[in-house]
Amino acid sequence: MSGGVLVLGEIGDDGLRPSTLELIAAGLELADGGAGRVAVALIGADAPAHVQAVSVAGVEEVILAAPERERFEAHVWEAALGALIEARRPAVVLAGHTADSLGFAPAVAARLRLGFASDVTWVAWEQGGPLARRGAYGERLIAELDFPAKETVLLLLRPGACGARADADAGAGGTGASARISRVELDLDGVARTERIELREAPAGEVDIAKADFLLSIGRGVGGGERIGELERLARLMGATLSGSGPLVEAGLLSRARKVGQSGRTVAPRVYLALGISGAAPHVAGMSKARTIIAVNSDPGARIFDVAHYGAVADLFEVAAELERQLS
Amino acid sequence: MKILVPVKQVASIDGDFTLDGAGELDPRALHWQANEWDAFSLEAALQLAESSSAGEGFEVVVVTVADEHGEEGLRACLAMGADRALRVWDPALAGVDDPLAIAAVLAAVARREDPGLILCGVQSSDSANAATGVALAGLLELPRVAVVTAIEQDGGGLTVQRELDGGAVEVLRLSLPALLTIQTGINEPRRANLRAIKLARSKPSATLALSDLDLDVSDVREVAGARTVRLLERGRGEGASMIEGPAEAIAGRIVELVTRELRA
Ligand SMILES: Cc1cc2nc3c(=O)[nH]c(=O)nc-3n(C[C@H](O)[C@H](O)[C@H](O)COP(=O)(O)OP(=O)(O)OC[C@H]3O[C@@H](n4cnc5c(N)ncnc54)[C@H](O)[C@@H]3O)c2cc1C
Repeated sequence: MSGGVLVLGEIGDDGLRPSTLELIAAGLELADGGAGRVAVALIGADAPAHVQAVSVAGVEEVILAAPERERFEAHVWEAALGALIEARRPAVVLAGHTADSLGFAPAVAARLRLGFASDVTWVAWEQGGPLARRGAYGERLIAELDFPAKETVLLLLRPGACGARADADAGAGGTGASARISRVELDLDGVARTERIELREAPAGEVDIAKADFLLSIGRGVGGGERIGELERLARLMGATLSGSGPLVEAGLLSRARKVGQSGRTVAPRVYLALGISGAAPHVAGMSKARTIIAVNSDPGARIFDVAHYGAVADLFEVAAELERQLS
Repeated sequence: MKILVPVKQVASIDGDFTLDGAGELDPRALHWQANEWDAFSLEAALQLAESSSAGEGFEVVVVTVADEHGEEGLRACLAMGADRALRVWDPALAGVDDPLAIAAVLAAVARREDPGLILCGVQSSDSANAATGVALAGLLELPRVAVVTAIEQDGGGLTVQRELDGGAVEVLRLSLPALLTIQTGINEPRRANLRAIKLARSKPSATLALSDLDLDVSDVREVAGARTVRLLERGRGEGASMIEGPAEAIAGRIVELVTRELRA
């Protein structure tokens, strides 16, 4: 086979990642546009357990590779994906823009001189090739990309952004009905270059922000921490649980358990009140499903206003002081 | 041991800007500053150099692929403590900002410098590809770990922690030479003092052309993963319903909304 779409499923320590179904949905959309057949590749020992889940209607083939590898290792995955691409020559390879992919996908693209784009938020098949969009200049703008003269294009799709059909078609998982299963033998002896010593689960912490109805979430807009007491007091007064963005956790102003986002917790409270958070993609990944998002930011161009339901361009401390005054 | 630290000045757009009809941006709308991630990768390099057992010489070399905009960033790195700076530039590179193309240039630098360790930032804050470092590792066939939040020297190798999606951490061992992409928060980057800033002026720095690296611009362009067709205004989806007025009015409306939503 050459041409077509190869979707690389992602299996973590906790099973098949839901973003895999989005990738499949995006692959099927490309196929509808004329990209050719869709195959799903699963790498590693756990792969056979997930064949059914990825056998969504429209997927023609499920490829199982490297069954002897127990778990993700970046160099093994690099070699396995590289070998699959060289054997199959797909027109498009879709993988997730995730912590695991970032460890090997760019290496595959560079070595094999593939077309490549990461953190892709939109993709379509146009005039015989893929067209992709991603952020530019801190996502103030969107760049539209094409891939002239590239036989294979590897795209890392931002979780939650592409494959809108995932919920409708693939969300429930596959039926296992029509997909052909093939197994690929790869010689991966001695390819691993890292050795896992330990996996440390996210700490339980003193609070479970995912259970809160109302999160008051703070970002780097609060400054160096001198005034964080005001916001803790406000959270208590409002009956909210305090959470925040990654940089505040890194600065030691909030505990790890309170971090919202890709490398923190995913939350969906009734109300998410964001003060001084810019709305970077890794943060939004963790809170976009909140029922009502209210954002206060002094920058009218802040991306948080794209996901917020209500917004105010204002100094967060002035608003916080007023909230405190009106509530006491 | 030599540690190579690739760095970048990032472009941001503040305030008002316009795209022309062809979807191109007026470069005068751009502001330049050091990439947030790079302070952490440089600090990690400096800490490794400082903690090394006496006798073992460490050299921390920073490198950027950039026109003159890159100079300021390199000077700041030298002031922070880097020993030497390299800037690669060639007019033919103008407009090349593809992560694989930049990785190809950096690979040529690395082949020349032969470092024992390369520390990149996870990503740059302007394009956020999160790809240059690992692409470089691929080209050099180096062991690598992405999104590293802790580093310890471990005999002849390293023990590192990498951040997984969801907040778990994987502890890994790997041997040198190697490449790591460094996550913000791994350390507290030092600030340069005045003396260090003065001292930095006398540290060695060089500018290399592609020909010094035996590279041809067509090699670089050929590795590039993508071509920018045009820039677009960001689609704002539904967009937020904006609350206008002074802080008092904003707070009043927030109280109203919160009360309503929590009751519903
Ligand atoms: C692999 C990876 C994983 C990551 N995981 C996460 C994650 O899980 N969670 C996370 O949050 N980030 C994560 N990040 C970091 C992310 O990319 C951003 O850097 C981060 O989310 C930015 O946080 P922020 O919005 O608080 O800060 P900034 O982006 O600095 O934004 C601060 C905002 O405050 C506003 N502001 C400043 N002063 C005021 C004022 N007085 N009043 C009102 N507004 C003000 C500014 O206009 C600005 O919009 C990750 C990054 C990577 C590469």
